[in-house]
Amino acid sequence: MKLLVCVSKTPETTAKIAFTNNNAEFDSSGVQYIMNPYDEWYALVRALELQEAQGGSVTIINVGPAANETIIRKGLAIGADEAVRVNAEPQSAWYVARQIAEYAKSENFDIVFLGKESIDYNGSEVGPMLAELLGLPFISHATHLEMEGNKARIVADIDGGDAQLEVETPFVISAAKGLAEQRIPNMRGIMMAKRKPLKVIEPVAAEDLAVTVRFQLPPEKGEVKLIDPENMEELVRLLHEEAKVI
Amino acid sequence: MVLIFAETQKGKFKKTAYEAVTYGYKTAQILGTECAALVLGTASGLEELGKYGASKVYHVPDAALDNFDSQVYAAVISEVAGKAGANVIIFSHSALGKSTAGRVAARMNAGSVSGVNSLPTVEGGAFRVRKGVFSGKAFAEYEVKSDAKVLSLMGNSIQPEASGQPAPVEVVSAEVPAARVTVNKLERVEGITPLPEAELVVSAGRGMKGPENWNIIEELANVMGATTACSRPVADTGWRPHHEHVGQTGIAIRPNLYVAIGISGAIQHLAGVNNSKTIVVINKDREAPFFKAADYGVVGDLFEVVPRLTEAMKKFKAEH
Ligand SMILES: Cc1cc2nc3c(=O)[nH]c(=O)nc-3n(C[C@H](O)[C@H](O)[C@H](O)COP(=O)(O)OP(=O)(O)OC[C@H]3O[C@@H](n4cnc5c(N)ncnc54)[C@H](O)[C@@H]3O)c2cc1C
Ligand SMILES: Nc1ncnc2c1ncn2[C@@H]1O[C@H](COP(=O)(O)O)[C@@H](O)[C@H]1O
Repeated sequence: MKLLVCVSKTPETTAKIAFTNNNAEFDSSGVQYIMNPYDEWYALVRALELQEAQGGSVTIINVGPAANETIIRKGLAIGADEAVRVNAEPQSAWYVARQIAEYAKSENFDIVFLGKESIDYNGSEVGPMLAELLGLPFISHATHLEMEGNKARIVADIDGGDAQLEVETPFVISAAKGLAEQRIPNMRGIMMAKRKPLKVIEPVAAEDLAVTVRFQLPPEKGEVKLIDPENMEELVRLLHEEAKVI
Repeated sequence: MVLIFAETQKGKFKKTAYEAVTYGYKTAQILGTECAALVLGTASGLEELGKYGASKVYHVPDAALDNFDSQVYAAVISEVAGKAGANVIIFSHSALGKSTAGRVAARMNAGSVSGVNSLPTVEGGAFRVRKGVFSGKAFAEYEVKSDAKVLSLMGNSIQPEASGQPAPVEVVSAEVPAARVTVNKLERVEGITPLPEAELVVSAGRGMKGPENWNIIEELANVMGATTACSRPVADTGWRPHHEHVGQTGIAIRPNLYVAIGISGAIQHLAGVNNSKTIVVINKDREAPFFKAADYGVVGDLFEVVPRLTEAMKKFKAEH
């Protein structure tokens, strides 16, 4: 099976979120970047497991500048066979989806994997856009994926439960927690990654139809109001009369 | 025109559908236009959407649409939107909405913003709308530059307002392509509001010591009519089902009330819950970071405090 995994770069989960240039841009100074956890832990690992069981290849793709190659190399160290980087600074989900679609349309991948969302912009948008551009079915938030020939049996998260689905290749799928278990790259993987092919391709023209113009931090919480642990009636009263939530 | 995709479950509208129509009505007022709703598949009570502001309800009753396939839905929604002359399409930011909105945007060449949490503003022709980013740690204002626009509305961002009249329902025909995704089974926890829609949430963490102690959490949630949630290690060790896991790698929620019990308040946990309107923290350690994000705090042993809170809630419920 020929598999593609879309990987993005996100600030590390404990990164301090701040903005510059009059709150128009994310302040990346001092921020550590990681591979988006859904892409690395679940999408990539499940793709590798399928390839190990049935043969084929796993390609990872990232739309991003040269600085993203550290993350791309990590994907190769975890076990991907080859990588593609589309040399551009992504501004919107639409732009990213257009670039990946352009590359994927002539490659005939059996399955295209993504994460359920990127933990910075929390869009869940690239997957459905890419699927539409490729004219393929899309299953989002998958927690289980088993292949039987070209037929996939999938369990996916829906609001308040699970859906059991079936679809034939080719298709696009986004990964949620449960799809696989995180893998830590070992020394051999890291050494081998250095020799694996990383192809850089130039972007196609695509418009940014929706862009961020301004950021804002949530208002600071005031000091916590401490309630006597013996007096839970007081807490209930405050929730009713002051916070008005019950 | 603004077109709302009104989501149904087993043929009935969910609260999020009423939220979306209310939001769409207000958006249409801002844009100086009308708001219509669209319903797919077998459903009843369609005219009710008029009360929330839809001036008309389009219905494609084809039973093939009772099963969800994002590709099919996107084709049908785009076709109806085109026929109706709609240029703003609004979804709920639900599992279904998330996987369809992007497809519709791609088909219509529309700029899209997912998970918006406030009404748009239009200044000097610039259409701007706000959403949460960095897993709840900040907000971003987006400008949508294209004429066609697709938005998905984060749950609990607006209260449904039913002040209007029932609306006329117009059955429309659309080409329904054959589904490529087969739905074998849907399993939903019955009788409990799913977390993304819940207004009241009672959540517990590793401070619970083990799954056998969860009865006190369930009792409190029961009395309050709340949905239960948990921290990640609790779901990872199988103490609780994974769909209860909230946080950066779980689900993000914004209930009116989040009660955190025996949860330390790690930044990745807060990422999923810090947009809750009111946060109550129960923890025996005054230094637990969660207290910094809390409105109300109780420093004490949860095994004593929680049953006391349950009693107090029972008393309150009996009186109100
Ligand atoms: C990349 C990444 C992503 C992550 N994503 C998430 C996520 O999505 N969601 C998430 O929750 N975590 C996430 N985590 C894990 C997170 O960092 C914390 O480890 C986790 O939230 C801690 O869970 P906890 O608060 O239940 O447990 P602990 O940190 O062990 O806290 C238990 C708390 O219970 C209190 N306590 C103990 N006994 C009692 C008692 N008898 N009465 C009252 N209080 C008591 C203690 O004082 C303590 O504060 C992530 C971590 C990483 C690295
Ligand atoms: N710049 C990018 N390059 C490659 N894949 C990406 C990029 N941005 C997002 N993705 C993929 O799209 C998924 C969803 O991202 P988003 O729509 O931003 O929430 C991510 O989990 C990745 O799999």
